[in-house]
Amino acid sequence: MQKFTSLTGLVAPLDRSNVDTDAIIPKQFLKSIKRSGFGPYLFDEWRYLDHGEPGQDCSNRPLNTDFVLNQDEYKGASVLLTRSNFGCGSSREHAPWALLDYGFQVILAESFADIFYSNCFKNGMLPIVLPADEIGELFQATHNNQGFSLNVDLQTQKITLPSGKEIEFELDEYRKYCLLNGLDEIGQTLSYKEEIQAFEKKHLEKYSWLMHEVH
Amino acid sequence: MSAKTLYDKLWETHEVRRNDDGTSLLYIDRQLIHEVTSPQAFEGLRMNQRAPWRTGANVAVPDHNIPTKDREKGIEDPVSKLQIDTLASNTRNLGITNFDMSDPRQGIVHVIGPEQGITLPGMTIVCGDSHTSTHGALGALAFGIGTSEVEHVLATQCLVQAKSKNMLVRVDGKLRRGVSAKDLILAIIGQIGTAGGTGYAIEFGGEAIRDMSMEGRMTVCNMTIEAGARAGLIAVDQITINYVKGRNFAPAGKLWEAAKSYWQTLHSDDAAIYDKVIVFDAAEIKPMVSWGTSPEMVAPVDGIVPLSVDPAKTEQHNNALKYMGLKPGMPIEDITFDKVFIGSCTNSRIEDLREAARIIKGRKVASSISLAMVVPGSGPVKAQAEAEGLDKIFLNAGFEWREPGCSMCLAMNADRLEPGERCASTSNRNFEGRQGQGGRTHLLSPAMAAAAAIEGHITDVTKYYEA
Ligand code: SF4
Repeated sequence: MQKFTSLTGLVAPLDRSNVDTDAIIPKQFLKSIKRSGFGPYLFDEWRYLDHGEPGQDCSNRPLNTDFVLNQDEYKGASVLLTRSNFGCGSSREHAPWALLDYGFQVILAESFADIFYSNCFKNGMLPIVLPADEIGELFQATHNNQGFSLNVDLQTQKITLPSGKEIEFELDEYRKYCLLNGLDEIGQTLSYKEEIQAFEKKHLEKYSWLMHEVH
Repeated sequence: MSAKTLYDKLWETHEVRRNDDGTSLLYIDRQLIHEVTSPQAFEGLRMNQRAPWRTGANVAVPDHNIPTKDREKGIEDPVSKLQIDTLASNTRNLGITNFDMSDPRQGIVHVIGPEQGITLPGMTIVCGDSHTSTHGALGALAFGIGTSEVEHVLATQCLVQAKSKNMLVRVDGKLRRGVSAKDLILAIIGQIGTAGGTGYAIEFGGEAIRDMSMEGRMTVCNMTIEAGARAGLIAVDQITINYVKGRNFAPAGKLWEAAKSYWQTLHSDDAAIYDKVIVFDAAEIKPMVSWGTSPEMVAPVDGIVPLSVDPAKTEQHNNALKYMGLKPGMPIEDITFDKVFIGSCTNSRIEDLREAARIIKGRKVASSISLAMVVPGSGPVKAQAEAEGLDKIFLNAGFEWREPGCSMCLAMNADRLEPGERCASTSNRNFEGRQGQGGRTHLLSPAMAAAAAIEGHITDVTKYYEA
């Protein structure tokens, strides 16, 4: 997994609550065999005027020019700003995959759906929960300043605005540690490799019938 | 030592370590893999240059996308084909056993596990599929996981998990003739609700469960997830042991004796304390039918389509009625069908097919039904049914007899409902669009589905058992 330490990035404002994972990546794309390549289909139904299918070339599809990600000033954004309960609905991990593939590494919201929130960390992304008034001010700032960017620093748990204002955020210590070190949960579990091996040895001896393997 | 539940015992025997935050690292004995939730897990493994921790702990089978007829033509949908081919190449490259489409053992992942003896009592079993709860019927700790977790198990043979609370659902007395495991679990979900089991592992016990065949127990545990619990469990007894004995991958000889004596300890201690106990009277259970778009929206066969009684759920209730095209007050028996589907990991085992065939025998599918199909759960179920002549009974009645797979349970292959079509289905989910966009699903037992096929509408199947 990619480490996450700090990021300075352009902010794209998605001014909605309850954005569900089906909106983030519609169900027809679940037939894909890849973890990557979902970026062009991120928010497919909002972004394009036609119906998207997996594998389709998106370069000539008719764009919904009203949708925020289709506006020139937000091209290259790596921070998504949104409202409450982001990522609700189906547990599909394709949702964080699509956001990451598009280029978003940080999501700022009033709240997140549980499974989506934890799926983000499994993929090297940082979802940040901020109070509603801070989120409101950030929306204001993106409207007032073209090219509004901010800096997110994980070590100090601080967001720094161009004005110099700092906003602190909360985060679980274990998740912070994994992100900072680029340790995915698998890497973390593998750090107990010897313990697992020792357990396995005893376990398979005690329950020797378990070694009756399938061929 | 304090008294333990079956769940406590299974948990403790698989706990590698306890983490500071209270979660545990659990050792996983067996992982079952299918084509939809595994490709990204294999890709992740490759990207991180990791090898499977214990190759022989994994078994794969394609089931979700697979066609149920004209298999010799191959798979028409190129996207489905790619998913199935990818499973084949991923498993081939790593040396993981895959029961591919041409393998006589191929079938729905939750049917083939127990059938082949891949699922054994006392194991921890996971699969990237929520109905993994099925395998708990054998006294195993089995639950569904997400794609990152599939990769986690491939790479480490472990999972980080928080322990659930213990719930006992005790079913006293005996089920009436013609009332099945499916009716029982639908009645349970109807009472405790789809979130009733959230945060719990549910153990099923009591006389009605002890009397039940393994097939019936699997039906009950299968739908535990519809009650919100990730795992369902049933104590090991002689029925379990008889079922496992002699299966392809079950231990034999000395190993069998060792396994058997251990398995006999896999039940909750008499003094074990549950966080919650719910008691049902089996004799009161009637054949059940779902009328709405959630598995808790059920009614007994002699009931009516209900009005909402809970103000907090009225909106959901009315939306369901609208989607299903039903009016409150309508007798359940007046619900008519366009299609009948007998299959899915809930009800496609040999006993299910026997029960349906017993009702169908010598009768015909009603002319108002445009398609009635039986999709056996696996190759061996299909072969066994054919050996018993069940296929003839279905075919003579006007049913289609298909190849094994998930089929119209989730309509990822060509088997699906058209908008507005109504289906009597032995599957487990009646969500909007589950069996095809705009399709309307009524969940019921195999015998009830058979009776509905004959009469064209819901009818109380218990009358077929009289005389
Ligand atoms: S039969 Fe249905 S519920 Fe069972 S595994 Fe297949 S799709 Fe899932």
